[in-house]
Amino acid sequence: MNYFSGEKMTGGYGGPDIINSCTISVDKGEIVTILGPNGAGKSTAMKALLGMLNLREGKITINEKDISNLSPQDRVKEGISFVPQTRNVFTGMTVQENLEMGAYLRDENFQDTLNEIYGLFPVLKEKRNQLAGQLSGGQRQQVALGRALMIKPSVLMLDEPTAGVSPIVMDELFNHIIKVRETGVAILMVEQNARQALSIADRGYVLVTGENKFSGSGKELLNDPEVRRSFLGG
Amino acid sequence: MDFVNAIVLLSNFVIVPALSYGSQLALGAIGVTLIYGILRFANFAYGDLMAFGTMFAILFTWFFQSIGISLGVLPTALLAIPFAIIIAILFSLLIDKFVFSYYRIKKSPPVTLAMVSIGVMFVINSIIRIIIGPFDRRFFDGERFIIRANEFKEMTGLNEGLAIKSTQVLTLFVTIVVASILFWFLNKTRTGKSMRAYSDNEDLALLSGISPERVVMITWIIAAILATIAGTLYGLDKSFKPFTYFNNLLPIFAAAIVGGIGNPLGAFLGGYVIAFSEIFITYAYKKFFAYLLPESLEPNSLIQLLSTDYKFAVSFSILVIVLLFRPSGIFKGRVL
Ligand SMILES: Nc1ncnc2c1ncn2[C@@H]1O[C@H](COP(=O)(O)OP(=O)(O)OP(=O)(O)O)[C@@H](O)[C@H]1O
Ligand SMILES: [Mg+2]
Repeated sequence: MNYFSGEKMTGGYGGPDIINSCTISVDKGEIVTILGPNGAGKSTAMKALLGMLNLREGKITINEKDISNLSPQDRVKEGISFVPQTRNVFTGMTVQENLEMGAYLRDENFQDTLNEIYGLFPVLKEKRNQLAGQLSGGQRQQVALGRALMIKPSVLMLDEPTAGVSPIVMDELFNHIIKVRETGVAILMVEQNARQALSIADRGYVLVTGENKFSGSGKELLNDPEVRRSFLGG
Repeated sequence: MDFVNAIVLLSNFVIVPALSYGSQLALGAIGVTLIYGILRFANFAYGDLMAFGTMFAILFTWFFQSIGISLGVLPTALLAIPFAIIIAILFSLLIDKFVFSYYRIKKSPPVTLAMVSIGVMFVINSIIRIIIGPFDRRFFDGERFIIRANEFKEMTGLNEGLAIKSTQVLTLFVTIVVASILFWFLNKTRTGKSMRAYSDNEDLALLSGISPERVVMITWIIAAILATIAGTLYGLDKSFKPFTYFNNLLPIFAAAIVGGIGNPLGAFLGGYVIAFSEIFITYAYKKFFAYLLPESLEPNSLIQLLSTDYKFAVSFSILVIVLLFRPSGIFKGRVL
């Protein structure tokens, strides 16, 4: 059984079901990417894993512990950290304050983690006293990643971490994400840039209308003719 | 000499009064803006919360006076403020628990909460009238003046006197101390930063593990402290009449909005912007120009832009102009 998994998740926002018997799992030290067309329910599946959605069916476990009934905050305490697709930094606070808020739940001294993050993202150290709202898109995404890492998560969920950044910045962000994987964190990410995401991912899922359509290793999906035709543009 | 006289005249009737009135508005506006930033509604009951806190400051003052405790040259009310604050805090938390929290949990829109606060306002208003009555209460004791107008004239040999009331200096001093502590708290402490984070981006704050109940509770505590202090300072400076606190709601909201609603530093500065505008626009400059201009040009009208009866019109106009042309406020807050 994988370290973090959601099995047969079914539910929505109170109206019709958005995800149907959707299963997603990730192991430590692994990057798993979730792909699919717009509106497929990728963000919704992530919210379900985090407990921001009332599921009708399904079970979510971390390290074999059932957390299906925990609130989002309690899941954060279990080591699951989430970077939302939009509004993922505190725009009116400095870079350093954003990182400090990421460590809000930690009682012990987090100076070491702060230094680690500054080591991972040198530009954040340089801009630590600037307001996050004044940074470029790529730098903001690094702040968002950094904030999520401050809690020392065992699972990191990223919703479109490279949305709206240039190809060069995208490569840079992917490199950062690979470095985070090396620290043994389980990484689950939704991506629009399917080809690049699959090339760094260990495994991937393709969701269509809230259901698992394809799944497999990054290579398998990249080479699957049907996946190529429908999602990778040939 | 005439130039100095003109400056003294202006200080006496405009600058000194505007500084103390501005401080009182500033503290109130920070309270309103914090509630807006964290609880996300315009709290119309804030003026009456100020009156409520002030009423207890008065009751405790009377009590201390009756058992013979006084602070000498300082007003006894200073001693009463901490006790009044405790009651105002408990009262605010009680109202939140029994009224506002219901709508918060239901996720009611801000307009609903604002309407609910109007209901709360009427209730607090009635409680105050039942306990202390609707009349004018003066509760100042101690030394009224630091410098009297004629003392100043004798000292300097000028025609114009500058009177400085002890309540004016006290107001300024207390405001600087309270505002400094508050800004230190918001910018430097973990709890203060978590409040700013919650105001900035509620969802992300929740994802970071910040507890909304705690943030809301601390907001009410700070709001009650500020309301009691601002209200008592105002009451000492002028007098206590429940209705005037309701009236002050307008300039206080104007200050919060000019400063960019949700932005505490903006609200603080906004308090002075409103106070200076109100007093500058309603002051009669006849005598001032008489000092400065040659006799032939001396004005024969009052040179007053608006009668003092219209001072609330000034706040109201500023409020409307800001909302029309710069809804995020001069000092950049949330767009309403
Ligand atoms: N808060 C919400 N309340 C109600 N319906 C929602 C909500 N958020 C999303 N939906 C609906 O759920 C469906 C799936 O949305 P979701 O955001 O999960 O898609 P997605 O795969 O992440 O798409 P995208 O690629 O655009 O981010 C959509 O039809 C959307 O309209
Ligand atoms: Mg999405």
